[in-house]
Amino acid sequence: MTLKKRIWAGVPYLILVVSVLPMFIGYFWLLISSFSTQTEGLLPVGNLTLEHFSFLRESPFGRGYPSIWRVTFNTFLIASFMTITVVLVSALAGYGLSRLSFPGRKSFLSLTLILHAFPSVTLLIGIFFVLRALGLYNTILGVALVMVGFEMPFGIWLMKGFFDNVSWDMERAALIDGASRLQVWWQIILPTIKPGMAALALFAFISGWNAWLIPKTFTIGAGQQATLSVYLQNFQSDTVAVDWGAVTAVGLFQLIPVAIFFIFTQDLLLNMYAGGSKGGA
Amino acid sequence: MKVELENLTKKWGDVIGVDSINLDIQDGEFVVFLGPSGCGKTTTLLMVAGIYKPTTGAIRFDGRVVNQVAPKGRNIGMVFQSYALYPHMTVYQNISYPLKLKKTPKAEIQERAQRVADIMGIGHLMDRKPANLSGGQQQRVALGRALVKEPGLLLFDEPLSNLDARLRLSMRSEIKRLQVDLGITSIYVTHDQVEAMTMADRIAVINDGQLHAYDTPAEVYDRPRTLFIARFIGNPPMNFTEVEFSQINGAYHARREGLELVIPADRAEKAVGKGSVMMGIRPEDIIVDSKGIPGEIHGVEPLGRDHLIDAKIRDSHFYLLADPSLSLKSGDTVKLGFNTKKSQFFDIKSERSLLWN
Ligand SMILES: Nc1ncnc2c1ncn2[C@@H]1O[C@H](COP(=O)(O)OP(=O)(O)OP(=O)(O)O)[C@@H](O)[C@H]1O
Ligand SMILES: [Mg+2]
Repeated sequence: MTLKKRIWAGVPYLILVVSVLPMFIGYFWLLISSFSTQTEGLLPVGNLTLEHFSFLRESPFGRGYPSIWRVTFNTFLIASFMTITVVLVSALAGYGLSRLSFPGRKSFLSLTLILHAFPSVTLLIGIFFVLRALGLYNTILGVALVMVGFEMPFGIWLMKGFFDNVSWDMERAALIDGASRLQVWWQIILPTIKPGMAALALFAFISGWNAWLIPKTFTIGAGQQATLSVYLQNFQSDTVAVDWGAVTAVGLFQLIPVAIFFIFTQDLLLNMYAGGSKGGA
Repeated sequence: MKVELENLTKKWGDVIGVDSINLDIQDGEFVVFLGPSGCGKTTTLLMVAGIYKPTTGAIRFDGRVVNQVAPKGRNIGMVFQSYALYPHMTVYQNISYPLKLKKTPKAEIQERAQRVADIMGIGHLMDRKPANLSGGQQQRVALGRALVKEPGLLLFDEPLSNLDARLRLSMRSEIKRLQVDLGITSIYVTHDQVEAMTMADRIAVINDGQLHAYDTPAEVYDRPRTLFIARFIGNPPMNFTEVEFSQINGAYHARREGLELVIPADRAEKAVGKGSVMMGIRPEDIIVDSKGIPGEIHGVEPLGRDHLIDAKIRDSHFYLLADPSLSLKSGDTVKLGFNTKKSQFFDIKSERSLLWN
């Protein structure tokens, strides 16, 4: 390879590095700031410390506030509920919308698309009255249900797209091979769209885990029903200077499960972006 | 297994996919469905497989009506154009899947899958996933999967159309040999007429959902019953020109501007007195002949062994095959001899043959 070619080959990397840099710096600062007593700009000054992580032992906001573990558990509950419900319902709805022709199919599809594009903020007040009427205001279940509702249109469309890519011939082949409808669905179709379900599970979990607007709106203050993002907001106060060290430490804490989840689904996700169903189809 | 289709019809609202097809397939016979794209070949096959329910009509296996029998109860194997392998399963799992569903004992599954794979020459690929196989290998896996349960009827839906020309040739003879060896009744869908001519015991020519002919390849080729069959079968295709008959001194003449041919009495008698009729004659029945009828060469296409000549007599074109050593060129004048013993005649309105009905 000539020198000129080498330089040209490096250009894409340079562009990628530059565009990723701001994000990288953000995470870098998050890490630094959580473990040092003081920072100046992006650099740590002073000693390394674990004091910012004291929130793990006791609430930094004093009595009356839930412990971090309680909040984490709440968040986990909402995120898991969302993941399971969204994946399950979307997979079933997506299959139906992709494979069956029934009256109202077209309008159902366009309706979900509209709902997906709908600015959810405008619905908050209406939902508030609904939740209160159902007695679900200020409950974890209420928050989780609303979140599921907002995630579902996206999930259904994603799943429908994956089912659309499963060839009819494959289903027919399985039927002729002697499988029942249920066996076809379970043994043939679901395994081939596993990457899609993993992707949706990841999206749903992350959006549940990071949710702020809906938990903030439909629970009271940072009470027993708070989620991590809402809890994090308590550090912002009008009277006391913000303890950025503690904020970043909680942020780091919140990041851990997402990172773990991502590591386990990474292969599947890459597979999906590399073209979904390879071969055979 | 003996298969009978009786007035088999499939409609979707106003769309007619298959229009009242009647045919019977003998045990061990290899029948090819031949027709242009969209004529209803796949639809017919899927009704035989039990995937589609017929709108009206009956399908019989060995005399038993199977219209209501689910695919799994029909004891058939099918090979798809897209192969339709299960991408998440290995070759071994793909081939053994039908046996697994039948709850065959494990040892037997293993033995039968291995045997079929060896026959198909893919015994060494058992642990691969379909994505890591070539098109030809995937095709063999699909065939193995269809064969492993030893079905009474094999269905093929254009199984070779995704392969390159060479591979198609070798797979063609391999499938045919396998079918003869195993004696399994087979229906083979294709729009490649060479495949149809070489493989079929009988060819069913289908157009617009209707059965046009159901006969041996030689019959279909030599005695086309409709204009459609005559046009569709044969490559390069048959030449057509409108002629009118007249009788001169007891001999029958077919004529149009610039063209006058003496037609043997056995053929001419059936076509005479009908006014204008469509005459058809195959390229191989036209030769370059110094005593023939003059025409002008309009185009020359080298095909390797032969040259395909497009010759014009006044306003009608005739294609013929000529020896390259004649070195004919565009613009040359040639004289053409017609082997009228092989000429075909069709009614222009009904498009039916005047000779073979
Ligand atoms: N599910 C369906 N709904 C409506 N029309 C259909 C359906 N399936 C097939 N058709 C129509 O029925 C006709 C026959 O289709 P079919 O698939 O049997 O053709 P084919 O002979 O297999 O063609 P090809 O050689 O292209 O595979 C076509 O006109 C097609 O548009
Ligand atoms: Mg077809």
